[in-house]
Amino acid sequence: MLTNILQYLEKTVTEVPDKLAFSDGEGGLTFLSLYGAARSVGSALCRRGYGREPVVILMDRHPEEIAAFFGAIYAGCFYVAMDAAMPPARMALILSCLSPRVMVCDGKNRERAEALCQSGAFSGAVYQYDDLCREAADDSLLAVVRRGQIDQDPIYVVFTSGSTGVPKGVAACHRSVIDYTEALCEAIGFGRDTVFANQTPLYFDAPLKEIMPTIKYGATTYLVPRMLFSFPVPLCRYLIRHGVNTVCWVVSALTMISSCGGLDAMPPTCLTTVCFGSEVFPRRQYDLWRAALPEARFFNLYGPTEATGMSCYWPADRELDPEEPIPVGYPFRNTDILLLTEDGRRAGVGEEGEICMRGTCVTLGYYNNPQRTAEAFVQNPLNTAYPELIYRTGDLGRYNDRGELVFICRRDAQIKILGHRVELGEVEAAACACAGIRAACCVYDQGRTRLVLYFVGDMNPADLTAALRDRLPRYMLPALVLPLPALPLTPNGKTDRRALKEQAEKL
Amino acid sequence: METILDILHELHDDVDFSVESGLVGQGILNSLDIVTLITEISDRLDVQIPAEEILPENFDSAEAIWALVQRLDEA
Repeated sequence: MLTNILQYLEKTVTEVPDKLAFSDGEGGLTFLSLYGAARSVGSALCRRGYGREPVVILMDRHPEEIAAFFGAIYAGCFYVAMDAAMPPARMALILSCLSPRVMVCDGKNRERAEALCQSGAFSGAVYQYDDLCREAADDSLLAVVRRGQIDQDPIYVVFTSGSTGVPKGVAACHRSVIDYTEALCEAIGFGRDTVFANQTPLYFDAPLKEIMPTIKYGATTYLVPRMLFSFPVPLCRYLIRHGVNTVCWVVSALTMISSCGGLDAMPPTCLTTVCFGSEVFPRRQYDLWRAALPEARFFNLYGPTEATGMSCYWPADRELDPEEPIPVGYPFRNTDILLLTEDGRRAGVGEEGEICMRGTCVTLGYYNNPQRTAEAFVQNPLNTAYPELIYRTGDLGRYNDRGELVFICRRDAQIKILGHRVELGEVEAAACACAGIRAACCVYDQGRTRLVLYFVGDMNPADLTAALRDRLPRYMLPALVLPLPALPLTPNGKTDRRALKEQAEKL
Repeated sequence: METILDILHELHDDVDFSVESGLVGQGILNSLDIVTLITEISDRLDVQIPAEEILPENFDSAEAIWALVQRLDEA
């Protein structure tokens, strides 16, 4: 019976102990070394009396960081990854939400860990990964921990940026992550020969897409150096050199390559599977990728952290109409989408509703935050007979004629101007459909009730405004159209809408 | 060269780009900065940087960027 994600690793290590599991392109960990390190760290934490509590991991993005995650889980704890590049104020907020007693750092982050102690942000014990790793694993101790674990125990807390600026920690359990792993692998079709290239920082749930199939199948994941995501040709060369065949990247990482001619200069023909998601892929860039890799399979992935990683996929199995948005498709197996109208009904075909998730994928909620949890994790309004929690994403969607789910926009991105409903995403899509436009982000300046459109591309603002006039109703035309060399990005690589909105309000 | 220094200064006004090297190696310039540089160089100096030339060594110092721009301008 599969009740613990460590069972994946324990099975794989008997089958391919010496295969490379995680690598940064230079060194790496085989499955056996990963297993050994995780059990040593787990035993060391147990011996010191830790269990059923957060273990903060402050390490550079490296295969050993992943071993530390598994170490925390072996100890019956859950990991919370923090990144050296996180602003100190955010670190302090995260630590105050968790009140952790223990932190594991690497040599490079030792000073930063001590600074957190001195500033009073952290008052627990700091251990260095290398030291814990050197301790012997204790089979009987780990067995006692395992007997006490159930599949509803959390394995990580991932902090998302709350709309109020206070980060919210999403806690997910073994059962949700197992459910996600099984469904994702079935939908996309990973296997032992899969070679992933990880793009996202490890402190999000996004890297589960690579980490979990890697330990389930005995696949391999390369953690691509962050710097390469500025340089298309070296990045593609890295993929080719390491025989990477699968990427699951945010859209902006893919458009960085396609928008400057990188697909012609060094086509990454090694790729057979390209998953993208987390934001809307500008159609022109999507078409460039399809044309460059005609044999590859493409998947649009969609899902909130609160429903464990991704929840929906669209296998790009048909041609799209020129102006048609890329659908988010179908829910993974064992996940049900409820599209709820404002009055709490199931939306019909073509009708708009809030995307809500039902299933094992629904996470435990926001750590130490019952109020926010109660707002988003609610009783299924269609079921009054027994307790059943669903997660309300705050995203609006509809089903198209083919029964595919289509993402419309965030509920708060839908605004009213002079009584007309305007979707910011529609303005962006209209801009991106113009030749020469590579990316666009539309924000609403509430104070002056006007739309401001930022765009990246070879077109002057007046021409773009004229082109939009042909495509959009009058009330949807941006009052200001401003060129940018590039759209600002959040740490995860998504367009930083909040930064642009603040910028627009200051104009 | 002045234009390059101006652009860099607009990106990070706390760095002395006339002496700093290791702009990429030390992580001073991120992915967004590189894209901004390429666009600004195209707008202000009318020099297009092809994908083949978007390499770490060509962006590691103001001098290296200037050398790249001159080389592409002459070609």
